[in-house]
Amino acid sequence: MNEAIKHPAVLAVFQRIKLHLQPVYWTRFRKTAEVGIKSIHAHGLRSLLTVLGIVIGVAAVISMLAVSEGASFEAQQQFRALGSNNIIVKSVKPASLEASGGNNMRPQSISYGLTYEDILTIQQTIPGISNVIPSRIIKKDVRHLGRDISTDVVGTTIDYPISRNYSLRAGRFFSEEEMLAQRNVAVISDEVARALFPMTDPLGESIRIDGNYYNIIGVMEPEAYSNLGRSQAGSSNAAPTRIFIPLSAARYRFGETLVRQASSGVEMETVELHEAIIQVQDQEQVEAVGQIIEQILERRHRRVDYAVEVPLALIRQAEESALRDQIVAGAIAGISLLVGGIGIMNIMLASVTERTREIGIRRALGARKKDIVQQFLIEAVILSGVGGLIGVVIGILIPVIISIFWGMTTIVTVTAPLLAFSISALIGVVFGIYPSISAANMDPVEALRHA
Amino acid sequence: MSMQTLSMGNDRLVQAVVARQTVASVQDITKTYHMGELAVQVLHGISLDFYHGDYISIMGPSGCGKSTLMNILGCLDQPTSGRYFLGDKDTSQMNDNELSAIRGARLGFIFQSYNLIPQLTVLENIELPLFYQGHPAEESRHIATELAARVGLGDRLEHRPFELSGGQQQRVAIARALSNDPLIILADEPTGNLDSKSGAEILNLFDELHQQGKTLIMVTHSDELAERSQRQIRLRDGRVESDERSH
Repeated sequence: MNEAIKHPAVLAVFQRIKLHLQPVYWTRFRKTAEVGIKSIHAHGLRSLLTVLGIVIGVAAVISMLAVSEGASFEAQQQFRALGSNNIIVKSVKPASLEASGGNNMRPQSISYGLTYEDILTIQQTIPGISNVIPSRIIKKDVRHLGRDISTDVVGTTIDYPISRNYSLRAGRFFSEEEMLAQRNVAVISDEVARALFPMTDPLGESIRIDGNYYNIIGVMEPEAYSNLGRSQAGSSNAAPTRIFIPLSAARYRFGETLVRQASSGVEMETVELHEAIIQVQDQEQVEAVGQIIEQILERRHRRVDYAVEVPLALIRQAEESALRDQIVAGAIAGISLLVGGIGIMNIMLASVTERTREIGIRRALGARKKDIVQQFLIEAVILSGVGGLIGVVIGILIPVIISIFWGMTTIVTVTAPLLAFSISALIGVVFGIYPSISAANMDPVEALRHA
Repeated sequence: MSMQTLSMGNDRLVQAVVARQTVASVQDITKTYHMGELAVQVLHGISLDFYHGDYISIMGPSGCGKSTLMNILGCLDQPTSGRYFLGDKDTSQMNDNELSAIRGARLGFIFQSYNLIPQLTVLENIELPLFYQGHPAEESRHIATELAARVGLGDRLEHRPFELSGGQQQRVAIARALSNDPLIILADEPTGNLDSKSGAEILNLFDELHQQGKTLIMVTHSDELAERSQRQIRLRDGRVESDERSH
């Protein structure tokens, strides 16, 4: 540290800085700035309108960046909640089946989606998979005494809460024995608990699904408190209400075929598994494993009746789209700052013309060209700087207002206001140079003669 | 900066010792303006010496070249040929920066239309030449306050020019012209915009300055004004027509 300070080049710089910090220089600068502020103040409205371009530019950049940053953060949070080590494979009803089902009145029997064999193959062929959590998701009416609620019944395995980083508020998740014994036990989500048991403790109570009773052994954490996003983007079980029962029980009680009354007649839908969470040991390999799974499923299925989601890839995408947003914000900001700069140049040129006589007087009294350039340049920088400052304040306020009234997440980073402000000050210098130099190059005699 | 102060100090020393010190001298200067293809010669070889403590008026009909001569004397313009010495310095070869410096250090200007800067207060206007000389702020303030009192505006320090009468504004301009203790004070029709009473006050102030040993050069076309000066130079068609001494 000390060595660096003693370097001659560094000393020379210090010497220069010291020279310019001398009272004389400082007073001169302050005086010139004062004169600048006075003449800006003398044309209050005009100066304000001039600065508006810069204000809007700076405010736009900061608030746009804040919104895009917030959106990307939120998206990343959501995808992270799906688990960055997870790959989610889902059954998807193919579009071809959807379309053909409509016309004839015969009972339709369709079959699609993931099978146990798919999952087994995946688990056995790909190394590095630590766990597979399959689920069946069936929409059912759930009753308790007089109340009922339509909810997703999720038949799954014991590791589901861990894989989703989803914790229990009360009680416990079902055990391996309960799973093996196909017991009628249920873990309900907080929303279901509130709907069916508004006054009482649901633990130990029973609920009825399709004429069977299930014993409630646990209640999940409300979603807001768990690490799960508000709406699970890209997840099939997006319904807020959920009941978890052992997969074995679900298979036993509901079978694999769903019969429902469609507009075209009776429709039978056979789906073995609706979803499977595949956990990969090493995060580095998640995307590669995702691709292999895709290939395996492609080979095993005639139709594309499945979807593979890799949250990690989605996080990457969110990051990329945030970058894209930032580039767009930067471009818009660049344009509005350019327009603002032209505004400043315009007003500085007008100011120079108006103050031709003042320039002549100053030159007669001993001002060098350099002094005149300095004076108008300082004025331009004050204009753009004040504009930038107002812009920063507004740019920070807008995201706050957006957060309060629209509930969007916005994040104002430290760099955005700093960057926007420095660019605005720089604009003042760049667009102030030409008017300042033209002021300095006026002939003193002509300038003094100016009316 | 220190070099300049030193030489200024020397000048003053020399001025005190030698009574008839030449403060400025123009030697065979000409000035030609080019307007497109047309060349107009305004000054046709003027040679004049100006002495310390003199009170000089330059007269002549309009178009005789007196404004051009004043601009050259004020280092606002340069002669096409010939030499102009201000103190010990030849200004005819100076560049823009040097001319600015010498204007700020050795010349005081008084204009017909006062030419005060409207945004600045009386005090700030008076300080302006010192500001460009890089004078310390406190000292400048002190000098300006003193000069304002001397021209009778001690109670108007924080006023703006538009709050003052014409005569008062011209007195501010005089104080400003004195602030850098110039070799020569150049006045261009100083009473041209004033009523006779204010005009008389300004002329009295000039007499006072003259008695204090200041060198004054005044452009006027009024004989009455010229009467009060010691030396009357008449120009006609860019040449010196007469050069008389009355006192």
